[in-house]
Amino acid sequence: MTFIPSEPALSVADVSHAFGARRALDQVGFALRPGDFTVLLGLNGAGKTTLFSLITGLYHCGRGRISVFGHDISREPSPALARIGVVFQQSTLDLDLTVEQNLFYHASLHGMARSAAAARIAVELERVGLGARRRDRARQLSGGQRRRVELARALIHDPTLLLLDEPTVGLDMESRAFLLAHVRRLCTEQRLAVLWATHLIDEAGPDACAIVLHGGRVLADGPVPSIIRDAGGTTLKAAFDQLVAGTGVRA
Amino acid sequence: MSGAPPSIGEAAEGDRVRGLRPMQYARCLGGIVRREALRWIHQRSRFVSALVRPLVWLAIFAAGFRFVLGVSIIPPYETYIPYEVYIAPGLVAMILLFQGMQSSLSMVYDREMGSMRLLMVSPLPRWFLLTAKLIAGVIVSIVQAYIFLAIAWFWEIEPPLWGYLSVLPALALAGLMLGALGLVLSSFIRQLENFAGVMNFVIFPMFFASSALYPLWHVKEASLTLYWICEANPFSHATELIRFALYGQVDWLSAGVVTAFLLMFMVLAVYGYDPGRGLIARRGGPE
Repeated sequence: MTFIPSEPALSVADVSHAFGARRALDQVGFALRPGDFTVLLGLNGAGKTTLFSLITGLYHCGRGRISVFGHDISREPSPALARIGVVFQQSTLDLDLTVEQNLFYHASLHGMARSAAAARIAVELERVGLGARRRDRARQLSGGQRRRVELARALIHDPTLLLLDEPTVGLDMESRAFLLAHVRRLCTEQRLAVLWATHLIDEAGPDACAIVLHGGRVLADGPVPSIIRDAGGTTLKAAFDQLVAGTGVRA
Repeated sequence: MSGAPPSIGEAAEGDRVRGLRPMQYARCLGGIVRREALRWIHQRSRFVSALVRPLVWLAIFAAGFRFVLGVSIIPPYETYIPYEVYIAPGLVAMILLFQGMQSSLSMVYDREMGSMRLLMVSPLPRWFLLTAKLIAGVIVSIVQAYIFLAIAWFWEIEPPLWGYLSVLPALALAGLMLGALGLVLSSFIRQLENFAGVMNFVIFPMFFASSALYPLWHVKEASLTLYWICEANPFSHATELIRFALYGQVDWLSAGVVTAFLLMFMVLAVYGYDPGRGLIARRGGPE
């Protein structure tokens, strides 16, 4: 039985954020529905990580409104955060601990019972093909395997919204393809809403939705074919270049 | 890699609708304490240095100064005592101080490495996460303090047996206060490199301007100003709290001062880690 909420999985409305005089985000707005796979496309410094920090409550959302399944991240952080799974840009595994210890730690941060956590850990590790490595130290895993563990970890508490911040940086082609395919499958099979931040344009397939973020502003938002058509390009890369060139702003 | 049950289940959603229950807080605390203990076990050098440091003071410094610093009969002692016996409670407090600073260092390290984000995106309230982190550090420091006291027995530091039990609440209270100080510092320190400043400007002044190494009446004879600085130093009160508790007595003044500083440091730490008001929001950009 699958839970299908009526609220948008993620709603970002008119969000601006500045670090001192430097404006990192400027009136950013978009929405994700359950089951959406949306690529947040932007060069380094476009504001992707700042946006993720605001969605996850690491920074205070002073201007605009961010809500997760109807729960405002500023006013109701607990129910909002309980629904979010995050894969951070930097690796956040404790390398001295085993894979399983890392995952149990995460489960405890969500208040999960040990028996329930053990069952979820077994399922998620098996799904990323690392069930046999659960007692290995995280240090013994390759970069790609660590990323898979982090993806499994983000899913242990049954989130309904998954945020991934540049999850494939530094990975080989095979690991990239595995992660992408796995996450796409989660969207289809479980109606998980996914926001996948990247600067690698080829990660946004023709059937995906994309948000083009540049200089802290949303330049385009919609299905990839529409973005290509509206920008007058033939590929997403060409459309992206045209959109960015039109702003005259360097990231 | 297939055939797994759907993960967006009604049970999980039902839990979220009901909100956070006390059991979830307990599980979160248990997980944070377990992780701190595992890290401590894996970092053997940290454990050894935490133990060797006070033992060096006890075995070398105390032996050298035994005949230089006279200790008269002062409460809670009922007779003349060797200098080693006098400084032992101060060295226990020193273990708590270093552990508090060590926790602070690991918070700054976690923030730079990104793993702090994992803690901060937990749905449990931030004040609770910080408190849980603090309690985890204090449990580790109490274990270290007891190991030190066990070894110190061979230097004739022999408090009454029930003193080992009565010192436990004092260790917990002093440990919480010094750990909370560490939390405050970790929210103020921008980078790991700045931690050396903590050594110079926090640990050493706190330790030396206290009653850990010499009774304050000695200090009063030397300098009245320094005496009042020592009196105002919360580390002096942490030391005296432990000293009296080790002999089954309560120094109520010190207990009050340590509690007051604990509350003040916790308020500052929660403020420092608040994304809306604290220092994290004012830093120059994404960490």
